[in-house]
Amino acid sequence: MLTIGLTHYLVVAAILFTLGIAGIILNRKNIIVILMSVELILLSVNLNFVAFSQSLSDLTGQVFALFVLTVAAAEAAIGLAILVAFYRNRGTIAVEDINSLKG
Amino acid sequence: MQAVFFYLFASIMIASAGVVIFARNPVHSVLFLILAFCNGAGLFLLAGAEFLAMILIVVYVGAVAVLFLFVVMMLDVDFAELKQGFIKYLPVGVAVGIVVLAELGMVAIGWTSAPSAADAVANPIIPQMSNTAALGQILYTKYVIFFQASALVLLTAMIGAIVLTLHHKPNIKRQKIEEQNARTRENVIEIKKVPFRTGV
Repeated sequence: MLTIGLTHYLVVAAILFTLGIAGIILNRKNIIVILMSVELILLSVNLNFVAFSQSLSDLTGQVFALFVLTVAAAEAAIGLAILVAFYRNRGTIAVEDINSLKG
Repeated sequence: MQAVFFYLFASIMIASAGVVIFARNPVHSVLFLILAFCNGAGLFLLAGAEFLAMILIVVYVGAVAVLFLFVVMMLDVDFAELKQGFIKYLPVGVAVGIVVLAELGMVAIGWTSAPSAADAVANPIIPQMSNTAALGQILYTKYVIFFQASALVLLTAMIGAIVLTLHHKPNIKRQKIEEQNARTRENVIEIKKVPFRTGV
């Protein structure tokens, strides 16, 4: 209990991942909170990478976590830009109103 | 001591992640997302990834979370209306959450490492070298292609975000540099001889 091992990190990351998944389902109407939940999921993945990197004493996990961070930042920027463009055109960001492509 | 800080960071991170998904006001969600990322950076520090911890604070708290805050405050949306389906989706969300947590928990507690895993280490951590120096030494040599590719991803994201949000309003006076440069003395100035006491 008092020595922190890999399993502790894995459990914390698993709880964070679950909160992210639950956040996507619970806030299905609010796309901003969905994007925030995706960020939480990516944080939990990064936590796993870093924990395994420390446990195996291998730096590759940290390099990959860096790339995950890059993609997460790009994803947030593009997602919010699409959101702003959509709000400007339609005046709403409710997820169920985003159905123009439905046949 | 390390255990105390681990449990402190982990509990605050999970609690603030819970507030992120349950908060009524999205501004509170963003602020607690910042808190979650700060505590995640603390966990990274405990795991020995100092550079990633600092990057997490700079990139997430400094850029991404502020971007979220900006968008939440800029869009004039009735968030109470968006929150309405919350109770309806609560059973599904909790059920999926329990299933995912049970599966991940079984993996996280019941896993064993392959005996050959220790031999497969690609970039061993050298204790004498600082984390940032070690990361830089492999990032700029062994993984330079991936580094460039991630730079390309960021460039694409930047161009995409600008193209999506930039829009030119009509009927606004703008400076036209090429027109200004094309002006010559002959076609913009007219010299008139004004006769004495008669005017133009």
